[in-house]
Amino acid sequence: MNLLTLSGSPHVHGDSSTKKIMYGVVIAMIPAMLVSIYFFGLDAIRVTLISVIACLIVEWAIQKYLIKGPVTITDGSAIVTGVLLAFNVPSNLPIVIIIIGAIVSIGIAKMSFGGLGKNPFNPALVGRVFLLISFPVQMTTWPKPAALFSGLTDAVTGPTPLGHLKEAVKAGRTVQDVLENGSSWVMDGVNYSYQIPGYVDQLMGNMGGSLGEVSAIALILGGIYMLYRKIITWHIPVAYIGSVVVFSGILWMINPDIYVNPGFHLVAGGLMLGAIFMATDMVSSPMSWKGQLIFGLGCGVLTVIIRIWGAYPEGVSFAILIMNAFVPLINRGLKPKRFGETAK
Amino acid sequence: MKTFKIGGVHPPENKLSTDRPIEVLAIPAQVIIPLSQSLGAPSVPVVNKGDAVKVGQLIAKGEAFISSNIHSSVSGKVLKIDEAMDQSGYRRQAIFITVEGDEWMEDIDRSAELKKEITLTKEEIVSKVKELGIVGLGGATFPSHVKLMVPTGKKAEVLILNGVECEPYLTADHRLMLEKGEELMVGIKILMKGLDVKRAVIGIENNKLDAIGHLKNIAKDFDGIEVEALKVQYPQGGEKQLIDAVLRRQVPSGKLPIEVGAVVHNVGTAFAVYEAVQKNKPLFERVVTVTGKNVKNPGNFMVRVGTSINELIEKAGGLPEDTGKIVSGGPMMGKALNSVDVPVVKGTSGILLFKEKEARRVDPTNCIRCGKCITVCPMGLEPVLLAQYAELEMWENVEAERALDCIECGSCQYTCPAGRPLLDYIRLGKFRVGQIIRNRSKK
Repeated sequence: MNLLTLSGSPHVHGDSSTKKIMYGVVIAMIPAMLVSIYFFGLDAIRVTLISVIACLIVEWAIQKYLIKGPVTITDGSAIVTGVLLAFNVPSNLPIVIIIIGAIVSIGIAKMSFGGLGKNPFNPALVGRVFLLISFPVQMTTWPKPAALFSGLTDAVTGPTPLGHLKEAVKAGRTVQDVLENGSSWVMDGVNYSYQIPGYVDQLMGNMGGSLGEVSAIALILGGIYMLYRKIITWHIPVAYIGSVVVFSGILWMINPDIYVNPGFHLVAGGLMLGAIFMATDMVSSPMSWKGQLIFGLGCGVLTVIIRIWGAYPEGVSFAILIMNAFVPLINRGLKPKRFGETAK
Repeated sequence: MKTFKIGGVHPPENKLSTDRPIEVLAIPAQVIIPLSQSLGAPSVPVVNKGDAVKVGQLIAKGEAFISSNIHSSVSGKVLKIDEAMDQSGYRRQAIFITVEGDEWMEDIDRSAELKKEITLTKEEIVSKVKELGIVGLGGATFPSHVKLMVPTGKKAEVLILNGVECEPYLTADHRLMLEKGEELMVGIKILMKGLDVKRAVIGIENNKLDAIGHLKNIAKDFDGIEVEALKVQYPQGGEKQLIDAVLRRQVPSGKLPIEVGAVVHNVGTAFAVYEAVQKNKPLFERVVTVTGKNVKNPGNFMVRVGTSINELIEKAGGLPEDTGKIVSGGPMMGKALNSVDVPVVKGTSGILLFKEKEARRVDPTNCIRCGKCITVCPMGLEPVLLAQYAELEMWENVEAERALDCIECGSCQYTCPAGRPLLDYIRLGKFRVGQIIRNRSKK
């Protein structure tokens, strides 16, 4: 007979594992990936592949040669970071910049804190913000979406709806005017024109932007899958999106000429990607549902503030990173309801 | 459908032996009866080496307030009183008896006839339960008579019967409810009289529909006894969880159920009380489930206390070749045994054999701070935090985070995607905090 195993209870384990969670997230990102391939062509695949491979190599190298410990790149977390980083950059980003992003994401934001589970900030977002500050031109030159194999080349670039609107409103135009009439301008003797895409186009992803953020529908689909698999709970996305709607709605009611309606905030830019995939990152979000609601609320308010009054047209990355910093405080401050506290 | 309010998990039920009627296990050639069979102080032997004993004869007395009497489960000769390994793996005092025949004490009523009329008074019931060594058969083995003595100033309102059997695999209580329904009801009536309460509720999880239907049917003839079907959710069999599920009252931290007017007994205990009070039969045998995915004939057996677990396993088809772990109790809270040569005691509800592959834990990886352990904790604690504090030996923090509220149900560790040994650390924390508190009160 074999030797008997002795260990404390419980003697059974549920079927949940870190690996399953991570690959579940990867599966949830497939719809958004397909949409970005449709609109941005093979570049979307190029950027994503390079980002994922770079993240895996950086993590492997650090674990093997720097820490000299076990290599855990198969747990899927580096793949998630890689895809999310790719989702947060334009599809025409040069390879070198993508690799720098991966080094910052994995090397600085994740491994230097101790690896999986120890990082206070979302690694992909740290990488993204680093790139945004270091390579502002490349990071904000958005290829125009063009249906796959439609003949248009990637060289055609255009602004994001959020960026364009912000500039136009700053220049003194009203929101309605910009939305309805579009704009045209002359630069270096060339005539440019831009029309902010309609809601249906924005919902589907037919607009300029980072490669994973464009299609709200695809991202929501992924979110529903993660809810079904119990990888995320509804608290953060609902609190985040809800507070964006409420806050931007209040501003819109105050003055619709300079503040765009909440519907626009929902589908333009990276709100869906942020609320569903970035803010819900288990490692860098609060553990209790109450904390998650507060976290989502903070993300939403900060996003709107940065979008309207900040230096950047988009505030999702900054909002989530700022709220990441509050997570230890939120965790400490919000204890779950203990059994027996409600007695009588 | 009712269930408890906070947390909980639902592991695969794996009730393999539900359809196996209770089978009486043959009396072994020798029994080893440990002297520590209930919570509290060990019992003190009242027999000596060489003494002849009968089935049901008192062989050790519970002298402390929390302790219990122990009776011989067989007839024969006391071989020795010596150390023997018990289920915890420690060597502790036990009475060895060599079996000769099956001669019972004359005052035990061995007829199968149902005796419904309760002639004993409230006080007589309590002393009978004490005298005949009845302890909680749900696993915690708390002496039952202590639970019947309501502290002054408190009032018992409802008796709750625990027929939940929320542990996967185990079916002993389920079979007992099906086969001994009437006796169980009379036992409940006795406990009601002993506690002076007018209402009793039997809580049964909804995966035992036959037992619910059967008992509901019989309950019509018994005033004040209700059957409550509960939503399947582990650890509903936990005392505090069951009270919350049935009465919607939460027992405050560090307090007993009587604080909210409830007293909880296991259905097995109620049956033992029936036998003790109506038939004068001490607690010396019980129903044990023997099960496991590789076990040839999983089943439920009526076993004499002191029988080697080996005999039970043999009866169920022998020890499978690739057994990797033997657990006494259920898979969530049971104890792993280091030998099959340990005796069945009053608290043994099941013997569970795991295959080699099932026996191993998953390798722990980094905590990913998903917070699932917090979501499932039925006591509203933060297992991840408790485990971290214990790991860092920050005992004050372990205490402040209410480690002592932990009921060790294992839901956190069961759920943890990173496979972290949360409960191991929390147990360590509880142990050290307990020591610190005891030292503090000494000063």
